Formats: sequence, structure tokens, C-alpha cells
Amino acid sequence: MGEGLEQLSHVSDRAGVGAGMIPRWVAPCVVVAFAFVMYASGGFVGDYASRVMLDTGIMMIAAVSLTIVNGFTGQFSIGHAAFMAIGGYVSGWLTYYGLLATLGRTTDLGAEHGWLLLPAAIIGGLAAAGAGWLVGLPSLRLRGDYLAIVTLGFGEILRVLLQQTDRQRFSSQEMSEVGLLGLIVPPDVGGASGFESIPKLTNLAWVYLMVGAVILFAIRLKYSSYGRAMLAIREDEIAAESMGVNVTRMKVRAFMFAAFFAGVAGTLYAHQPGTLLRPADAGYARSFDIVIMVVMGGLGSISGATLAAIVVSLLNVGLLELADYGAMKWRMPIFALLLILIMIFRPQGLFGLREIWDFFRSRDRTGGGR
Amino acid sequence: MKRRWFQGFVAGVTVVMAGLGLARGESIKIGHYGSLTGSEATFGISTSNGVKLAINEVNAAGGVNGKQIELVEYDTKGDPKEAGAVVTRLVTRDKVVAVIGEVASTLSLAGAPICQANQVPMISPSSTNPRVTLVGDYIFRVCFIDPFQGFVCAKFAREMRGAKTAAILYDQASAYSVGLAEQFEKNFVAMGGVVSAKLSYNAGDQDFNARLTAIRASNPDIIFLPGYYTDVANVAIQARKLGITVPFLGGDGWDSSKLTEIGGAAIEGSFYSNHAAPDDPSLAGFVQKYEDEYGAKPDALGALGYDAAMLLFDAMRRAKSLAGADLRQAIDDTKDFVGVTGVINFNETRDAVKPAVILEIKDGKAVYAAKIEP
Repeated sequence: MGEGLEQLSHVSDRAGVGAGMIPRWVAPCVVVAFAFVMYASGGFVGDYASRVMLDTGIMMIAAVSLTIVNGFTGQFSIGHAAFMAIGGYVSGWLTYYGLLATLGRTTDLGAEHGWLLLPAAIIGGLAAAGAGWLVGLPSLRLRGDYLAIVTLGFGEILRVLLQQTDRQRFSSQEMSEVGLLGLIVPPDVGGASGFESIPKLTNLAWVYLMVGAVILFAIRLKYSSYGRAMLAIREDEIAAESMGVNVTRMKVRAFMFAAFFAGVAGTLYAHQPGTLLRPADAGYARSFDIVIMVVMGGLGSISGATLAAIVVSLLNVGLLELADYGAMKWRMPIFALLLILIMIFRPQGLFGLREIWDFFRSRDRTGGGR
Repeated sequence: MKRRWFQGFVAGVTVVMAGLGLARGESIKIGHYGSLTGSEATFGISTSNGVKLAINEVNAAGGVNGKQIELVEYDTKGDPKEAGAVVTRLVTRDKVVAVIGEVASTLSLAGAPICQANQVPMISPSSTNPRVTLVGDYIFRVCFIDPFQGFVCAKFAREMRGAKTAAILYDQASAYSVGLAEQFEKNFVAMGGVVSAKLSYNAGDQDFNARLTAIRASNPDIIFLPGYYTDVANVAIQARKLGITVPFLGGDGWDSSKLTEIGGAAIEGSFYSNHAAPDDPSLAGFVQKYEDEYGAKPDALGALGYDAAMLLFDAMRRAKSLAGADLRQAIDDTKDFVGVTGVINFNETRDAVKPAVILEIKDGKAVYAAKIEP
């Protein structure tokens, strides 16, 4: 913990990265400009590269948002995919049945419907944040392993609940037969068959706009008084409480912030071309993918989680090249081996507790990278 | 010395790469995506074996229109997200002329829109959800669909076995099982039968006693069990212990040699519907070839993978060109294609129209019991 405390002090003697040095409006402008570049690049990088960039971007949002809980407050949540699933299912239900009722179709949409993703993402995020509040309030009084079990259980319960949902309706006629109430209780999202034909609204611009938003949010949060309270909880709950931090409230807030962005990631995932939602998306297998990224990046490091999401995603698709040599079956063993090697050589994660910019600024102060 | 070794290495690599490049120039690429790892790996591997068997056979006979067939195969890990990514890779980067896959309907539904949008024909060997081919006119399948299998089972139970009441025990975690249970119930009731009890379990459950006791109390003539073989065998063993003697009836998810291995005497005298009967003489040649190549008996998924590939090659020979639209038309024009799983024709929704067989388990083997026409 000693290193962590040192880290904490060196966080506080820098007046934040977003504030101070650079005018406040610069960062949002950079995000919007970057999203625009992504939008423009969709045409010439090709479909496959676009697809890889979409998947990577969504995992970046998931990993950075989980950093708020697992990294900042030091709680161990392994149910992050459940919040993604909630965001995806709620927003998917709205856009799918909304468009089916008004347009009579959910595929072959023109670009004029693209804006729908923004309200969908906000509603999906809010739904997930609401679920985060419900789960967080009773369970965040628990610590460490106990919280991990509760979040794991939450994901599994949600998975089973989603299996009990009603079958999907495929025409506005079928919709009017069951009525609005029939579409809601139980939700007609396909049960184990999966929820398909959700309008394909996700594109590179939306994904990277959200990536920018979550990274910016996480940085601003980390260097705010909220963020410092969260870091204090990570280092020592009792000490934090004696300093006047309302520990449970702070944990619940961190949990809700993380859940909100997980809901956004889930919305982007649900509206992505070439996939479909299914109950297993809420299960632990997906959650672990995200936990791996956060741990690999270094618990608490925003840039670390971002980089780890890129590394893990690119490793996964990069190993598809093995197919050219007839070695497809070695893909997963090699993937696992590489993860193990990374963790052996960087047990503290890629960046440890630090951010990428710390390496450029503070070598003289704390004696270089850990 | 060291340098010469390195030069030799570089020269060797260059020759090999050039060789590969030449070989590729003369070949036709087709894609296959399947779950080669993960909990559904046996399905993907069986299908892959069937597809490769077909390719080897065609290549040995001189290829299609004088060109060798080259397979590009990717693993989906049983995950729709991966399926979408690898199908995108197959059609936009590897530029395959056609795609074969997937077994699971949820994964086919993830891949199909990409094939449709890029106008690359896709043939699913064994996705039985009706929605799969409704994605668009480039999507085909060489198996029957859930409603037909539900109809076949209901017809067999009601008309051939004379069952008046049936109990249903299905796996609620599996889309396949849920769909089949629904279709069986609908057809069985329409034929004048009564469903005495309908209960569910989750794949992997170990204790079925409570559910089976409820089923025993409802006193059915037959028990419909549309799950996968591992659960089915466990259910059967526990049912016999509870004194339930009526036969079980299931779908093609039962098709595995493991069923009788685990189920033993408990599963004797039960029935299931399938794509083909292993003792069917028209299948004998394929079974022999498959055993020679892989040292194991093929299951229906292997046979369907083989048929999907062979049907595709047949269409390639007839197609005006291998461009998406021409190849699609040629597949659509397929008439009375003789596959190992039966004679295949496509209906207006591009589903294979072919009979199903009912197999009975006798002395630890699945033998032909009845054939039901569409």
C-alpha cells in the first residue's frame, strides 16, 4: 500500500491534467475532431478494419468505465457485462420496437436515423446506472471478495432472467396483437433465441465520440475531489472515513458512473452490425474479458485500461492470421500464454498505478516508471 | 557460416511463399466459420470435418471447373460478436466467393446480414431457426427448420404411436430446445393431443427428480425431451429410477454416440428425429470415407457440413460466373441435389425441403424407425 500512498500524494500535488495547464474547451474539441476523423475514415480503412476498430472502441469504453470501480475505489466488480447487457437490451428494445411501430422496418435504414443512437445511448446508460444503484446500495457495504461474489451473482441472475423473456415480435401487426403492456411484461426480447435485427445505428464516429467522452470523464473525475475521495477509499477505507469521506455513498456513485458508461457501451454493442444480443452477454465470461483489460492496464490507470483494451482486442484478431498457416486451433492457447507472459513481466499491469503522461513528466520526482 | 545459414533460410522462405502465392492464384476460396473452441466445439469441429472431406474429394477429382478449392476457416468461439467479426473478415478481406456456417442459429443470425450486405452467398449447414434465411436472398440452408422438426415429432407421437397425452421437458437456456418445444406443443395440440405437463430445466442441471415427479403425476403417454444428449441421458436415467416407463422422444440434439454410452438401458426404446439414419444405405459411402479420414463415426452435423459444401460445388459448376449474384442464382436453381442427408430442394425461403427420419434406440444403437415427408 505504501506505493499507493505515494501515488496519492503525487496525484494531489499536480492540479489535475484536464484543468490548469490547457484551456478546458480543448479536450472536448479534440474528442469531437477525433470522432469526425473516425467518421471520415470509415470509408477508406475498409470494412474489416472498421469492424475491428468498432469492437476495440466498445471494449475501451467498457474497460475505462470499469476502471472507475475496480481502479479508483479499489472495489472488485466482476459483473460489468451485466450492466452492458442492461444498456443494450433497454436501448435495443426502444429503438427496435420504436422503429418497427413507426417505420415498419428496422433494417436498411438510411443515414437520417443515425442520431437515434445518442438518445438510445443515454437511456441505455441511465437504465444501467439505475441498476447499478439498486445493486450497489445494499452490496457496497461489503468489501473485496464479498462484493465480487455479489456482482458475479447479479450477472448470473440477469442472465437467467433474460432467458425467461418472451419471444421477439417481427412485425407491427404482431406488435399490436400483444399491445404495449405485452411488449413490456415480460419484455419481448427473444429469451434464449437472442434479440436480433436491432437497428444498425452504431458507427465509428459514435463509438469514438463515446470513447472520448468516457476517457475525458474518467480523467476529470480522477483529479476532482470526488476522485480523490475514491482513491482514498482504495488505499484505506477507515482512514478515508475518518477524513470525512462518506464511504458507502462514494462507492455507490463510482458504481453508478461505471454502470452508466457500461450501459453506453452495451448500447453501442447492441446496435452494431453483425452481432445480436443474447442472455449469455450478461454472464461472467464477458465480464472477465473486461476485468482482464483493467488488471492488465494497471488498476486505476485510465490510459493503461485504454491501452490494454487495444492490446487485448488486437491480439484476439491478430491471432486470426494463424488461419493462414492452418494453426487456428492454437489461437486461444497462444492468446492465453501471451496474457500470462504480460502478467509475469508486468505484474502491476502495463502502467501500474500511473498514467501515460506521468512517464513524461515525473521521472525526476518519483524515480521513473515502476 | 552463420550468414550462409541465414541466406538459406531467406531463400527457403521466399520459395515457399512464392509457391503458396502460385497455388493461391489458381484456386477458389470459400469460407467456413464455426465454433471450433468453446462449449459448442464438437458441433463446429464435426461440420469442419465434413466440409474438409468434401473439399479434399473435389480437389482430388480435379477441383471445380479446373480450379482447386481453398478453405479459409475461422473460429467463432460460440460468440456472436466473434462470428460477426470473422464473417466480415471472410467476405471483405479474404474475398471468399461463398461462406459455409454456422451451426448455432444465433451465430448464423450474426453472420448472415454481413453476407447479405456484401452479396456473398451463405449456406448454413444446420441452423434450424426459421429466421436465419429470412435475413435475405443470399442466405440458404441444407437442413430442415424447427417448425418442421416439431411437426415431425408431433406427428410421430400422435399418429404413429397413438399418444393422447404428452409431457414436455425442455432446456430453457437453449434457443434450439425452446423453439422445438414450442413447435411440438403447437402441432401436437392441433392434432388433437393434450400436453399434460410442460416443465423446463437449465443445461447442466444434475437433479431432475422434482420435475420428473410432476411429470409422472400427469401420467403422459410419451415425454418430449428436446434437449442435448448429455442432459437427455441424465433425465432418462433418473426417470427410470422413478418408475416412469413411457418412451422419450427428442430432436436432432440427441445425435451423439455419447447418448447411449451415458444413458445405457434407460434410453432404450426411445425415439428421436434426425436428418439421416446411420443405417441408411445411401449414407454408407460417406460414413466409410469419414471413418477412413478421421477414425470416428460421423454425426449428422458432419454429414450436413459435407452436403453444404457439395451443394455449393455443384452450384459453382452450373453458375455463369463466381460473382455473388450468379452464384446465388445457381444455388437457388438447385434441383433434386442428391446429398448424403437426402434429396435437397429449396423452397421460396431458401430452406431445404427434405424428409426427416425417426430413429429408435435399440440395443444401444440408433436404428431407422420411420420417415416423415414434408
